[in-house]
Amino acid sequence: MNIVETLEKLWNDSGFQSFFVGDGWKNLVMIAISCVLLYLGIVKKFEPLLLVGIAFGCLLVNLSYFGPESTDALYHPELWSQFLDESSEYYHSYGHVMAHGGLLDILYIGVKAGIYPSLIFLGVGAMTDFGPLIANPKSLLLGAAAQMGVFLAFFGAVCLGFTGNQAASIGIIGGADGPTAIFLTTRLAPELLGPIAIAAYSYMALIPMIQPPLMRLLTTEKERQVKMEQNRNVTKTEKIIFPIIVAMFVILLLPSTAPLVGCLMLGNLWRECGVTERLSDTVQNALMNIVTVFLGISVGATTAASSFLNIKTLMIIVLGLTAFAFSTIGGLLVGKLMYILTGGKINPLIGSAGVSAVPMAARVSQMEGQKANPSNFLLMHAMGPNVAGVIGSAIAAGFLLAVFGK
Amino acid sequence: MNFTLLAAQTADSGTKMEIGDAAITAVFGYSVVFFGLVLLMCVLYITGAFFKSKDAKAKAALESAKKETAAKPAEAAPAPVDLPTAPGSAGHVKLHGVPDKEAAMIMAIVADKMQTPLNELRFISIKEVK
Repeated sequence: MNIVETLEKLWNDSGFQSFFVGDGWKNLVMIAISCVLLYLGIVKKFEPLLLVGIAFGCLLVNLSYFGPESTDALYHPELWSQFLDESSEYYHSYGHVMAHGGLLDILYIGVKAGIYPSLIFLGVGAMTDFGPLIANPKSLLLGAAAQMGVFLAFFGAVCLGFTGNQAASIGIIGGADGPTAIFLTTRLAPELLGPIAIAAYSYMALIPMIQPPLMRLLTTEKERQVKMEQNRNVTKTEKIIFPIIVAMFVILLLPSTAPLVGCLMLGNLWRECGVTERLSDTVQNALMNIVTVFLGISVGATTAASSFLNIKTLMIIVLGLTAFAFSTIGGLLVGKLMYILTGGKINPLIGSAGVSAVPMAARVSQMEGQKANPSNFLLMHAMGPNVAGVIGSAIAAGFLLAVFGK
Repeated sequence: MNFTLLAAQTADSGTKMEIGDAAITAVFGYSVVFFGLVLLMCVLYITGAFFKSKDAKAKAALESAKKETAAKPAEAAPAPVDLPTAPGSAGHVKLHGVPDKEAAMIMAIVADKMQTPLNELRFISIKEVK
C-alpha cells in the first residue's frame, strides 16, 4: 500500500481540496452565509423554526456539492434542471430524481410538488381564528390593499430585466407569506427559490423594524390614538360556515388557488366544526412540525453556490424589501381612507396588518397603537386584516399562477 | 448519469415581458385581488346580517318571555333566595351591566396584577364605565 498515493486520493476525494478548484471558493462564501443565517435564526430568533432549517440545508448543500461531478452530494441542481427541461428525456421524471438524487433531492420533491406549502397552510388554517374577520368584513379591504407591494415589486422586477415568471415570484415576497412564496416560486421560477425563500422569511422576521417607521410616517398622532369599538360576537355556526364559503368563492374565482386556499380552509373547518379536535390538534402541532422540518432543509438545499451567488440574488433582496414596504403602505393608505370615511372610527394602523405575516403584523399595529394611546387595544381589530392578508396573498399568487403558469 | 451543463441550472424560467404589459398585468392583478375580497366581503355581510337578525329574533323572544313572567301575579314568583356562599368567600359581588364571565375575568386579572390570591380580595361591585 502506497501511503502517499492513498493520502493523495483521500485529499482529491475530500471537500477541502474542492474549495481550491474552479469556483470552489463560492462554496466557502455560501458556508459563511449559512453561518450568518444560523446566527440570525438562533441568536436573533428570526423565524427560527424555518430559518435554522434553511440555513443548515444551505450549509449541507455547499459542503457536499461542488459541481455536476459531485456524486455524493445531498442535492443535485442539474437533476432538477433536467426535470424542468422539456427537451430532456428526464423531463418531469421524479423516478430519475429518486434513482440518482441525494437525501435532499428526495425531500425536495415535496416542495416541487407543492405538498409542503399546502400542508403548512393546513396547519395555519387550524391555528387561525377568523372570528375578527367575520365580525368586521371590511377588514378584507385592508387585506386586499396590502397586496400592493406584490404587484409593484413584480413591475419593478420586470423593469430590472427579470422574466415575467421570475418577476411574479419576486413580487409575491410582498405578500409576507412564506408558504405562498415557496409554492408560487417552485411553479414559476424554481431557480430563484433559495433567495426568494430566504428574503421572504428574513423580512417577515424584520416586520417589527420595517413597519413602524412607515406607520409613523403615514399616520398622524390623532389617527394613531383612535380607539375602536369592540367587535360583535361571532357565533359558532358563522365560524363553521366561513371556511366553506371562502373555499367555494375563492376557488371558483381562481382555481389555481385551490391547493393553498383549500388546505387553509380545511384546516380551519377542522378547528371550528367541534367534532374533529384530534385532527385539528395533529395538523396544528405534529404535522406542522414534521412539514417544517422537511420544508426548511429542502428549501435551504436550493442555495447551491453556483445558482445563489449572483447579482440577481442582491436584486431579489432589494425588491423583496420594496415589496414589503409598499404592501405596508398600501394597507395604511386604505386604512386612512377608512378612517376618513367612517368619521374617525377606524384606526389606520390596523391597515399595515393586512400583510399576512400572522400574527406579527397585528402585534406591530397593537404596539404602535398603544404607544400613541396606552389604553388602546388594537390587536383583535388588527387580526381581521391580518388573516384577510393570508387570503389576499393566496389570491394574488393564484392570479400570477393563472397568468404565468403553464 | 448524463448530466447537462452546469449553466443550464440557472436557465431563466419564462420569457421577458414588455414594461407596458407588466404595468397592465400589475394593475389587473391588483384589481382581481380587490374584486375577490370585495366579493367575499359582500358574502360575509349577507351571512352576518342573517345571523344578526336570527340573534335579534332570539333576543326578542327572550324579552317577551321575561315580560310574560313579570306580568304573572307576584305570589307565583319564587321568593328571592339568599344563596349560600362558598367557604372562605367574602360574599356576593354586585354587577352593574357586566356579564358574569367578564366579571370573573376582571377579578382574575386584578388578582394577578396585585399578585394576591383571589380569595384574599373582596370585590364589592363591578360597574361598566360608559
